[in-house]
Amino acid sequence: MNALLELRGVHTAYGELSVLHGVDVRVAPGEVVALLGPNGAGKTTTLRVAAGVHPVRSGQLLLGGRDMTGATPRDLARAGVCLIPEGRGVFPNLSVRDNLTMMTFTGHSRKQIEEIAFTRFPILAERASQAAGTLSGGEQQMLALARGLATDPAVLLLDELSMGLAPLIVTRLYEQVAEIARQGVAVLLVEQFAAAALGIADHAAVLVRGRVERQGLPDGVLRAELSALYLGSSS
Amino acid sequence: MVLFVLAPAFGLFVERVVMRPVQGLGEAERLVMTIALLSGLIAAARWIWNPNVPRSLPTFFANSAPLHIGSATITWHQAITMMVAVAVAVSLRLLLHRTRAGAEMRATVDDRALAGLTGADPLRANRVAWILGIQLAAVGGILIAPELTLDATQLSLLIVSAYTAAIFGRLRSVPMTFAGAVVVGCMESYLTGYLPDNSLLTGLRLAAPALMLFVALLVFPHGRLHGRNIRLRPVPVPTIRGTAIFAVAIVVFGVVLGTVLSQSDLITYGAIFSLGIVALSFVPLAGYAGQVSLCQLSMAGIGAITWAHLGAHGQLWALAAAIAIPGAVGGLIALPALRLSGIYLALGTAAFAVILDDWIFTLPSFRILGVRISLFDQGSVQAVGPRLFGFQLRTGTELMVASAVALALASVSVAWLRRRRFGRQLIALRDSEAAYAMLGGNLLVARVMVFALAAGIAGLGGALYAMQQQSVTAQQFSFVTGLPLFLIAVVGGLAYVGDGLFTGTLLDGPLNAMVAIAPWSANLAAILPALAGIGLGRNPDGLTPAVRRDWEPVARHRIALAVSGVAVTLLWVLRLMHVINGWVLFGGALAVLLALRGYPALRPAATGEPEIPVEWWGLRRDWRPADEEVLARGIARG
Ligand SMILES: Nc1ncnc2c1ncn2[C@@H]1O[C@H](COP(=O)(O)OP(=O)(O)OP(=O)(O)O)[C@@H](O)[C@H]1O
Ligand SMILES: [Mg+2]
Repeated sequence: MNALLELRGVHTAYGELSVLHGVDVRVAPGEVVALLGPNGAGKTTTLRVAAGVHPVRSGQLLLGGRDMTGATPRDLARAGVCLIPEGRGVFPNLSVRDNLTMMTFTGHSRKQIEEIAFTRFPILAERASQAAGTLSGGEQQMLALARGLATDPAVLLLDELSMGLAPLIVTRLYEQVAEIARQGVAVLLVEQFAAAALGIADHAAVLVRGRVERQGLPDGVLRAELSALYLGSSS
Repeated sequence: MVLFVLAPAFGLFVERVVMRPVQGLGEAERLVMTIALLSGLIAAARWIWNPNVPRSLPTFFANSAPLHIGSATITWHQAITMMVAVAVAVSLRLLLHRTRAGAEMRATVDDRALAGLTGADPLRANRVAWILGIQLAAVGGILIAPELTLDATQLSLLIVSAYTAAIFGRLRSVPMTFAGAVVVGCMESYLTGYLPDNSLLTGLRLAAPALMLFVALLVFPHGRLHGRNIRLRPVPVPTIRGTAIFAVAIVVFGVVLGTVLSQSDLITYGAIFSLGIVALSFVPLAGYAGQVSLCQLSMAGIGAITWAHLGAHGQLWALAAAIAIPGAVGGLIALPALRLSGIYLALGTAAFAVILDDWIFTLPSFRILGVRISLFDQGSVQAVGPRLFGFQLRTGTELMVASAVALALASVSVAWLRRRRFGRQLIALRDSEAAYAMLGGNLLVARVMVFALAAGIAGLGGALYAMQQQSVTAQQFSFVTGLPLFLIAVVGGLAYVGDGLFTGTLLDGPLNAMVAIAPWSANLAAILPALAGIGLGRNPDGLTPAVRRDWEPVARHRIALAVSGVAVTLLWVLRLMHVINGWVLFGGALAVLLALRGYPALRPAATGEPEIPVEWWGLRRDWRPADEEVLARGIARG
């Protein structure tokens, strides 16, 4: 299958500190790839590179086979890449409705966006004029995820969707993610809460200290290896 | 024309040249940029429009009869102003809350990175905001100008009233801001109309907007602006040896300057060290503790007044008072300022400075509990030198050396502070107030202490400044005068102890020298600090660290140190014997020092090169001991 999103041998750094040392990731349309790994492995950085927020030092970022290395976040967003960042995917001082307005820059009308968001997450309709920062954590994640649902992206990048949420909500959110993938979206998700992610993933990669140490199907073998990797005893 | 071409063009210019370089930096840097802009524009306006020529503008429909509505009479101009104001408020509200461009602007303020991720264009949002802001300011200016005397400083201080209104709206809500503006306007006219006619309260009218700003800041709750993206810079720990050498260098500099300058030059350049001390007060306050205060020069003013009145015969205890009284005032400001931070703190301290300027400093003498208190006596006050061990410092030379010693001592103390626990606490306070409080630190005590300390240092600087100037006026300590001082201190690098000397030297040295050589450049000199502030975007750490990096090897190198000592002494002696003049001394010392700078680094030699300009000796080729002689002889001949 042709990859829609591909990172090829990506190296990147924060100043002097080099973080990714040649990361290769491929995500095909309709596929869910889970990127796992211990804290500080570089998962968030990988997603930031894929969304153009963080520049690569060497390596390539390909979108549908086209080289997009060095493109701005805005270009990538307009090309269909949607990153829901870690912990704060909403504008806290804007109302829910204004947050939805901010989703119209990728070419959808506000009406379409509101319709999708409000049918998927009816609670948002009730809170429409409330400042997003005053929503509960779960509601904020719903609003953030609504961008992934309503803007009809080609590639969806999700960073720690489950952070700080009750397991029930996490399950519900991941159901929505699986639904998005079924429509042909390439989904790359980062998750500490491995079980939730592996439940819907077609493919998994384990990132340790900036390198992809293992990849494969999210089957029992990988699950068994995970704990060893997290403890850093892989060799 | 002004509205649709000039204002947008200027808006774009500001966005591109001034604000974009600091976009990725912290709130503090952006604040400095706007202060630089304010200070620069005041200077530019004075340059372009001579402030001594009175100007006034015609009002709209000046010849039409005023309207009568009920018992009120309003002119057409006022009616138009009101209509425009309402129209602007309504359309602004609609724009910000009903359009996508408005959402884009607000979202960009909220979370710039996320705005980029949604495909919005944060740059465009900034541009639109600046264009709009400056257009509105132009509208306001056009409408208000006929009612005021046109003077750049006066007009700029309108920002005080404008900010008061904006604080009502918490810098966010258009209707609340509008209401705020109405309240502010009414209060101002009530104060003008109904205040009892008391000489003590005359200035209060002028200071009323600032007073209201201060109160509004305290009364209205305001969300802290997002601090997420602030980059924390390390505050270096000065070494003992380095600090000692630095202190000695200051004193040597002071002695040399003090002995070679003429009487009038001593007054002109005398402020190098005393203003340096005032600038040094920013180091613990803004550099360590991260509290931006714009009223340090006012504190210096209080120090100057204290000295002038209490130390009329040079009593040394009065100097202690000139530190303690501003210190107490500074501590007092810290109490209400505890609620403020970042831009709000800067506004609050600016308001305080304006209140002092417009009201307190202009008070005639009065009595409280039988004690006669006089400030600037509505004019200037005289100051004499201090009496040390029964010996009165009187001449400019003595005072200059005394100031240099004081700056050296103050620099050493600030360096010492950095090494102490309190210094580390202040830095923790800057990094995160919440974390500091949770670790058991007492915010109130730390803040009051650092404000008091900084005000005390500034007070000392002010007292010395007054002594050197012999007589000072309130104008010399005004808010607007203080802006360049702050800007240069920021350019120097607030976290560095060397900043005091740097600021004093730069503010007082080259600028005055430039004016002395070419009198026409006075206006240019007034703008330079602002330009320097704007240049900050390129070098956010300030220049002091770069200077220090360059000179550190020299200070480490014994021979180099000895040679520079000998060379400077030689030149100095020559000057004292009137063999050479001041410029040669200055140039020669500079050449020797520059030459020495490269020496310890032992740059690769470029042998056989025929002509290397003197100032590159030791830089482009190795420094040879013979060069010293050549140099000295060459200078002696000049
Ligand atoms: N802005 C930054 N500046 C400097 N270093 C950074 C920055 N962001 C991340 N790092 C460093 O890069 C490394 C990788 O960070 P990253 O956020 O990608 O990790 P992660 O895998 O997402 O971790 P976590 O599971 O804890 O979210 C870490 O060691 C981190 O300290
Ligand atoms: Mg992460």
